[in-house]
Amino acid sequence: MPYDATNKTVMAWRRENGRVGVRNYVVILPVDDISNAACEAVANNIKGTMAIPHAYGRLQFGEDLDLHFRTMIGTGANPNVAAVVVIGIEPEWTKVIADGIRKTGKPVAEFSIEQKGDLETIRAASWKAKEFVHWATELQKEPCPVSELWVSTKCGESDTTTGLSSCPTVGNMYDKLIPQGLYGVFGETSEITGAEHICEKRAATPEAAAKFKQIWQAYTDDVIEAHKTSDLSDSQPTKGNILGGLTTIEEKALGNLEKIGKECRYIDALGPAEAPEKGNGLYFMDTSSAAAECVTLMAAAGYVIHTFPTGQGNVVGNPIVPVIKISGNPRTLRTMSEHIDVDVTGVLTREMTIDQAGDALIECIERTANGRFTAAEALGHREFSMTKLYRSA
Amino acid sequence: MGQHPHLLVHEKADNVGVVVVEGLTAGTDMLCVVTHDNSDFHLTAKADIPIGHKVALTDLKEGDTVIKYGEDIGKMVGSAETGGHVHTHNCKTKRW
Repeated sequence: MPYDATNKTVMAWRRENGRVGVRNYVVILPVDDISNAACEAVANNIKGTMAIPHAYGRLQFGEDLDLHFRTMIGTGANPNVAAVVVIGIEPEWTKVIADGIRKTGKPVAEFSIEQKGDLETIRAASWKAKEFVHWATELQKEPCPVSELWVSTKCGESDTTTGLSSCPTVGNMYDKLIPQGLYGVFGETSEITGAEHICEKRAATPEAAAKFKQIWQAYTDDVIEAHKTSDLSDSQPTKGNILGGLTTIEEKALGNLEKIGKECRYIDALGPAEAPEKGNGLYFMDTSSAAAECVTLMAAAGYVIHTFPTGQGNVVGNPIVPVIKISGNPRTLRTMSEHIDVDVTGVLTREMTIDQAGDALIECIERTANGRFTAAEALGHREFSMTKLYRSA
Repeated sequence: MGQHPHLLVHEKADNVGVVVVEGLTAGTDMLCVVTHDNSDFHLTAKADIPIGHKVALTDLKEGDTVIKYGEDIGKMVGSAETGGHVHTHNCKTKRW
């Protein structure tokens, strides 16, 4: 029987802007690297808050600065976040980020350090953070349709088993849930290389196909051609990929694309951390293929759960988005099972069909949305990596 | 379900398959399954080949195109006999 999400609900938080969140964080968000210490001090003072330190935010300009703002605002605006305390070195960029998050209607407070110092800032921000924690911890979950979730995907430490099992498992989930109203997204511009002609054909419209092609070509011209030494052989496939049996970028790309299933068509191609604006459906996003960078960008675009197929065993997590790991490699399940949420090794032994594997993933998505910790959450993986387009001034 | 396969092949048109068991040794009579239509066949492994690595389903010589997922994934830069190991030592992308 085809999967029907019509009456399926999870217990989650309905935010002020109508979006569904599956976690309830009070985030202490630094505008820039030099505000990390104050944010971490506030998070240490007030239990139930989380600082998200990062490496950038000074002297950036142009598109790179736009991406910084988009990533910061998107992280604060994500429905998994209940309220945000923003701290920056100076008031103007701090206000840009705080005002951007405020558009969601959630509580936001901003503080800047210049002319006050860390200690006074930490004191004032701690009082506000405490107020937000009391407020957020009283928010009640309510039944929310599974079809209203936003679920992203990106694979890592891929090998030949990902193309056979874990990636088609995600594809099967998308084939079942996207027609029911789910928002999906895949990315990894560099890893589409080798299958770009196939990816182009999976667009829903000629406009989406042209936009994808333009993004892929710009990446190839501006990044690969401009910076390559001999070729990409030393990083695509990665050393881990090669140990896992992947030989060429084409082989890796074909396995990677199994994540978008057999039926789904992407309706738009997004810039990094750009929120989808064409309604429910599948999107492509221009991202790095590095796990933490990619998940960070998708979280900033508003996705609330991430599905992560792995072969050799990538261990990545994210501070605000639960990352669900799926693996079909029996050696990985034997040696590092603490990282894997959905075991699809049965696909390789032919004891599990892709359809059954897809159902197992949907069940895990529902349980995760209901609050069950993923392996990455239980193990404390909170990798938050900003994507930088070029050097700061 | 009967015996677990040693090797999986995506499509009928493919000329390589993937080892899906640990510790495969030379001389093993491999049960091979094509995932696209669940058909199966047997092949003898010519080397100890790690899990996840590829096996030639036919004799491949330098210059031959390697087909997996029914698609071109690169070219042979060395040779591999039927049942032999195909990887970075004898196969490379055509892209660079």
